[in-house]
Amino acid sequence: MATRIGVEVSIAVADAVKLCNPDVIAAYPITPQTHIVEHLAELVANGELDAEYIPVESEHSAMSACLGSAATGARTFTATASQGLALMNEVVYVASAMRLPVIMAVANRSLSAPLSIWCDHSDMMSVRDTGWIQIITENGQQAVDNTIISFRVGEDPQVLLPVMVHLDGFNLTHVVEPIMIPDQAEVDKYLPKNRFPLPLNPDKPVAMGGFAAPAIFMETKWAQEVNIQNSKKVILQAWDEFNKIFGRKYEPIEKYQSDGAKTLILTVGSSGETASVAVDELKKEGMDVGQVRIRLWRPFPFEELREAVKGADVLIVMDRAISFGGPGGPIASEVKAALYNQAKKPNVVNYVISLGGRDTTVSDFKNIIKQGVGIAEKGSKNEYEIYGVRG
Amino acid sequence: MAKSENEMTWKDVEIGCIVTEPGGAKAYESGTWRSQRPTYNFNKCIKCGLCSLYCPEGCIDKNKDGYFEADLFYCKGCGVCARECWTKVITMVEEVE
Repeated sequence: MATRIGVEVSIAVADAVKLCNPDVIAAYPITPQTHIVEHLAELVANGELDAEYIPVESEHSAMSACLGSAATGARTFTATASQGLALMNEVVYVASAMRLPVIMAVANRSLSAPLSIWCDHSDMMSVRDTGWIQIITENGQQAVDNTIISFRVGEDPQVLLPVMVHLDGFNLTHVVEPIMIPDQAEVDKYLPKNRFPLPLNPDKPVAMGGFAAPAIFMETKWAQEVNIQNSKKVILQAWDEFNKIFGRKYEPIEKYQSDGAKTLILTVGSSGETASVAVDELKKEGMDVGQVRIRLWRPFPFEELREAVKGADVLIVMDRAISFGGPGGPIASEVKAALYNQAKKPNVVNYVISLGGRDTTVSDFKNIIKQGVGIAEKGSKNEYEIYGVRG
Repeated sequence: MAKSENEMTWKDVEIGCIVTEPGGAKAYESGTWRSQRPTYNFNKCIKCGLCSLYCPEGCIDKNKDGYFEADLFYCKGCGVCARECWTKVITMVEEVE
């Protein structure tokens, strides 16, 4: 039987990794990811988890060790954040192109400078185009569930891709939440053994990480792109199967009070729950407003997004990162691109909020929604709006 | 390798570009990189083999007469052999169309 306990989300994520029985964990501690890997190290040291824990000297080495591990067919986990993700960036690209199913929790934190340990999504956006499947979670339960789901998706023979589970640093990693910790027998039922089809094996040698001349390089990249596009159906199946066993449902675009609403707010990550309260209060005040949330970031859920927002007149998109000198928030940029060729589409207003851990409260979200509707009606000279900057 | 790189489609690419058969480097014609080729005056050659030791491609071997000569399928035309040859057997000349 699953048990519902009050637990810090990082500890719960580590316990979820334990339930998946990984063979190798290679990680370097960095705030706010630290508690996840500390607890895994503790589980291994206590003999509660039979895995190799490799305490590497940097994140670049962490991901490199993970590649070697996954290449042998071992179930592999790591976690990082911010500067750590930036340092491992080069190897992050290699994991996906080599089709190695490494599972990584990213405790989202802003990138320097100035130095900040607090949450935004600049680290997430720095790896947007690395070819990993990326799931964005909104609360501790989602982080736990999608950690388990990630192993099943990434290691699926039809997929064979690394998967990132994003959870907001501090806002999720360091809070205590009531979380259903799944039962081991149920996880075992849900998660088959990892069977990488061409592992490193002295009895059947293969070469990995080779060179591709111009005559073949484009074919390799297209194969990679088709593969991640096709992974979506496996992700949907894995979410569906998870719902059948565990009773919690996930979708690429999740909707809250959005059916028929003329104004929608689109949120990413933990601040979505605060926005939901704002939506509730505005509805009580008589405003016709709903919410959509992005759960699946890569592969991008084009069809589901278009379907979810097609009836709306105004779509207010929240971003926790800036593409400097560019179109504003990366999420809004992609949402606009997804809608551009549609005959009927909402007017998209983009807000950049909550950089470097700045709180966006319920009343802030209410302001944003009201202001956003005004901007949609009157227009704005700005490519995007930034919320709460003084002066 | 069943198909050459020029014939393979994206569907033929192995998972993660994993190489499952040996011989990929042997099949690769690195000679297409060449802008200069070695030419030989074997009258001067003392068959010391120093050129073959220095060749970074490892493509110089004895020909049927026992002289050392580059395999132009692999030779990238770097000119190291010409630089190192004691008796100046080798002259690099421009490749022409």
